[in-house]
Amino acid sequence: MGKIFFIFSLLMFYLSNAQSQMETIKKGSFIPLYGAVEAVKINTFEMDVYPVTNADYLEFVKKYPKWQKSVVIKLFADKNYLNEWVSDTIYNVSFKPNSPVTNISWYAAKAYCECQNKRLPTIDEWEYVAMANESQIDARKVKSYNDYILSWYEKPKTNVNEIGSTYKNYWGIYDLHGLVWEWTADFNSIMLGGESRGDGGQDSNLFCGSASIGASDLMNYAAFMRYAMRNSLKANNTSKNLGFRCVK
Amino acid sequence: MIKSKFFIIIISFLLLSACHNKKEQATTLASYECPMHCEGDQTYEEPGSCPVCKMDLVLVTDDKPILETSNEISETSIFNLTSDWKTQNNKSIKLKELQGKTLVMVMIYTSCQAACPRLVADMRNIEKQIPVDRLDNIAFVFVSIDPETDTPQKLKAFAKENRMDDNSHIFLQGSLADVREFSNVLSVKYKQISPLDFSHSNIISVFDKNGELVKQQEGLGVDNKAIVSEIIQTSK
Repeated sequence: MGKIFFIFSLLMFYLSNAQSQMETIKKGSFIPLYGAVEAVKINTFEMDVYPVTNADYLEFVKKYPKWQKSVVIKLFADKNYLNEWVSDTIYNVSFKPNSPVTNISWYAAKAYCECQNKRLPTIDEWEYVAMANESQIDARKVKSYNDYILSWYEKPKTNVNEIGSTYKNYWGIYDLHGLVWEWTADFNSIMLGGESRGDGGQDSNLFCGSASIGASDLMNYAAFMRYAMRNSLKANNTSKNLGFRCVK
Repeated sequence: MIKSKFFIIIISFLLLSACHNKKEQATTLASYECPMHCEGDQTYEEPGSCPVCKMDLVLVTDDKPILETSNEISETSIFNLTSDWKTQNNKSIKLKELQGKTLVMVMIYTSCQAACPRLVADMRNIEKQIPVDRLDNIAFVFVSIDPETDTPQKLKAFAKENRMDDNSHIFLQGSLADVREFSNVLSVKYKQISPLDFSHSNIISVFDKNGELVKQQEGLGVDNKAIVSEIIQTSK
């Protein structure tokens, strides 16, 4: 009996600490799809193994009422923030506690990470970890890696799946592809056209120095989609397929 | 459910009572203006005749607040940001301390060679078109997107170089995260492309005295009539 209790409590411990599990990402360098002509150096950091879940986020809003859906101010979140939650501290019955939390604004994601003494990853950090498959640090040229991401883009409602349901990559990180898109700290550094009005080209009057940055490999369609998505976002936006994880 | 209804009632009560406080503390002075508004919103402290059309000046009747010290801010006000900043005089401030002034804000970095000098020139050209008596109600704010390089000392030197080192020009240094957050509020995008160089959008934003965004101008050397008239209107 005691043994069962012990295993049970271990299990509960594991579940409740899912959010605090992190893995070390060793330093390195890579040329991202966008934003650099030369290799970008990444310093060693730690990344959450899983995206932040509904259960994690519920804990957060209980502790910090400022981020509850009826309390949060318009500057920090649009009207769809946590839109399927039935109240400030109850999420939809159809939600699984271990599914990634979505309909979160950038401000909310940033605040969540800061309250855990963590931060949002930069685009470069996120992409650096996300270019790995199960066995290679850089799988961007591997067909199965790209096929996996592209087939995910075609699947609806993957946000209702539970964390850990995709593959564990080289670094021990799950769900960077296959579950939800994720916020990054500097998502608004992508400049594919003018501010919000989308005039298309890289107008040098709109963006000083814009001629020197651009997509280094437009063939990498899967990644290009992520940059285009980031480019289209505003920090108070929330979306059903957009979640986040933290790093430190 | 009952609990949340109760909560809504409490909130609306708070909002209602908040509205009652709005009008207080508006200091007014008697002033006179031309009934034909020959010189726009020009006002005079003493009665007389308009220098342009020679008509008798009339007393300005509406109570124009000279200084708004009400603490009410809305949900979309930039004064909701609680970040700490350093000015070119190495003074620590929060944005809320700028409440009461119309804010004309731009994000630049001092080592910028391409767009920033033109952005600063655009700010100067806007300022030139503002009636002198309005300038007391306006602050021109330059926020550095390169806070690691742009220390208060650097910002001070930049302000002096541009003959902008006075009380109505505020240069701000923040943390990397706070600058990023601020850029999101302004819908300004930027990216570091080399140690001393950034790519960034060129946007000048106008906020009213309660931190509400009222106007944005995008691009360099564009026609600034609209933004100037908005600033004049807002800084009344």
